[in-house]
Amino acid sequence: MTGGILIYAEVTKQSFVHTVFFELANKAHELSLKLNNAPVMAVLFTKPEMLTEYKEGFTYSGIDKFFVFEDEKFENYNTETYANLIVNLVKEVEPEIFLIGATNQGRDLAPRISSKLGTGLTADCIELDINEKGLLAATRPTFGGQLMATILCKTKPQMATVRPKVFKPAIDIIKKDTEFIYKQVNPEDFINNVQLIKFIKEYENNLNELDSAEIIIAGGKGMKGEEGFKLLKELADILGGTVGASRGAVDLGYAPHNIQIGQTGKTVTPKLYIACAISGAIQHTVGITASDYIICINNDPNAPIFDISDTGIVGDVFEVLPKLIEILKNSKD
Amino acid sequence: MKIALCVKQVPDTSDIKWTENNTLQREGVESILNPYDVYAAETALRLKKTYGGEITVFTMGPSQASNMLRDILALGVDNGVLITDKKFAGADTYATGKTISAAIKKVMPDFDIILCGQFAIDGDTAQTGPCIASLLNIPQVTYVKTIDEIKGNIINVTKQLDDGVEIIKVHTPALFCILKSEFEPSRALINGIIKAQNIQIKTVTLEDLGLSTDEVGIKGSPTYVSKAFRPEFKHLKEKHNCVETGTGAEIILNKIKEIGVYK
Ligand SMILES: Cc1cc2nc3c(=O)[nH]c(=O)nc-3n(C[C@H](O)[C@H](O)[C@H](O)COP(=O)(O)OP(=O)(O)OC[C@H]3O[C@@H](n4cnc5c(N)ncnc54)[C@H](O)[C@@H]3O)c2cc1C
Repeated sequence: MTGGILIYAEVTKQSFVHTVFFELANKAHELSLKLNNAPVMAVLFTKPEMLTEYKEGFTYSGIDKFFVFEDEKFENYNTETYANLIVNLVKEVEPEIFLIGATNQGRDLAPRISSKLGTGLTADCIELDINEKGLLAATRPTFGGQLMATILCKTKPQMATVRPKVFKPAIDIIKKDTEFIYKQVNPEDFINNVQLIKFIKEYENNLNELDSAEIIIAGGKGMKGEEGFKLLKELADILGGTVGASRGAVDLGYAPHNIQIGQTGKTVTPKLYIACAISGAIQHTVGITASDYIICINNDPNAPIFDISDTGIVGDVFEVLPKLIEILKNSKD
Repeated sequence: MKIALCVKQVPDTSDIKWTENNTLQREGVESILNPYDVYAAETALRLKKTYGGEITVFTMGPSQASNMLRDILALGVDNGVLITDKKFAGADTYATGKTISAAIKKVMPDFDIILCGQFAIDGDTAQTGPCIASLLNIPQVTYVKTIDEIKGNIINVTKQLDDGVEIIKVHTPALFCILKSEFEPSRALINGIIKAQNIQIKTVTLEDLGLSTDEVGIKGSPTYVSKAFRPEFKHLKEKHNCVETGTGAEIILNKIKEIGVYK
């Protein structure tokens, strides 16, 4: 049995599988149509019995074969253990293409596997296609988002990590006669060089919200302090968005580090980005230019942020924002 | 404690210019030490201060990268290794990982830890570190916020995740990819600069590594760029001066409704 597309189903503490799995499943299905209906396969690590409840749902995600590794110890992700088991699976199944979500876990795991297999891996892709020669063409941003590169791979499997939220998820859409194949796990498969001692939850508002938010209200140094950021939070809550910050604001302690956007922070791609009192330094704007629509509010008409905005408001954030919040609140009642 | 520190010289991505044909202009773009590697270097220096030992900094790149190595040596790093050869050019992350891991094996086979930056701002793949660990068959921890304690061959580290941190225990030898941290990186002092001038930077070429030409550079790279292009930004640049009119809030509201993200 050879060929096909393999995808990694990352298990998370919150929701069994990470949503990026369904996005990969959808894309893999689309690619498989261009590869004479090559089978779409998935691999998953889980504690025993966990899968039972989700099995039926998975048959609607377009997966032909689901390889399952079950063990109590799969409660926590372990790079070496997972990588070695997947390497063996790949050698057995010989997929043409292997896709992994570009999450923290995916970006930790994928290069470990690709190096062991001696194959190529393209990181953090935002577009995947099959070219005229039947090869995976993986497109990704580089140079802080200023250049896009389409990358091909000479070896098999052609591997890529794929950024979450760029493809539509395949939930309940592609019904298949999914075969669940339970793989043997032996005690010697567990490698204990790295052990998790404890997890400390820090943020209710996690970085993922910036990854997935459709609306981001970001503030800069001109928000003048935590009070100013409360305004942003209020607006974000009304609009169903989340708050981001420039480094100028983070450095002064107005906002936590995990919501910094830009070259040394997050790259974001919301439908709407509202930059409040942010000057628009290139190190900031490289992280936002792929947003669908950018609005800025700045009292300096010459601030560079106006050059990359769709709509620019020359004005004082402390006048514009409270008024906007008020109108929105009134219209809700 | 023997620390191998891996760093990269990158073009300053904030200084990118385009040629008329929409390709990146490489000439005249300043090279800087990858900002994430600054924190890997700082972590190495702090560990040395607390636990003693020796730091060797490795970089793969053209001969000009030795200037960057010298800047790092000036901070108090002990040895510098420049992995350089025309045949290394065009390497992807796999070929790079292979070359660097071979160099570490050759020059510092008895390392306890390898430190890398989490990302490089040019490629931003975050793959080279795990590649090196994989090829050396040692454990890795990525997204490391801090290295907290070392007791014998056990190291406790804090790993940053999206919603919190993990406290992790690792057996050495191991590789860590370091995130940027809150601390202010050290600056070189005059003594350090003088000392660095007298350190002999070791050069490692393909011949020294015992790899074949097919395993390195463009030939040893399974991936290749088939097309590079400039993403299109279609921003409208409408500017409304609302200082006097006070209509900023209304304009934003209408826009938000128009785009359809809020009903
Ligand atoms: C290697 C490197 C990496 C970097 N990485 C990042 C990064 O990842 N992210 C990032 O953001 N920056 C980054 N920076 C920093 C960047 O260069 C800028 O310094 C930073 O983005 C500025 O933040 P700011 O726009 O909030 O502050 P400022 O540049 O000070 O801008 C504040 C703006 O607020 C406006 N303003 C003030 N008061 C008001 C008001 N009442 N109403 C309306 N407008 C007002 C001002 O007109 C001004 O335009 C990096 C720099 C370097 C060198």
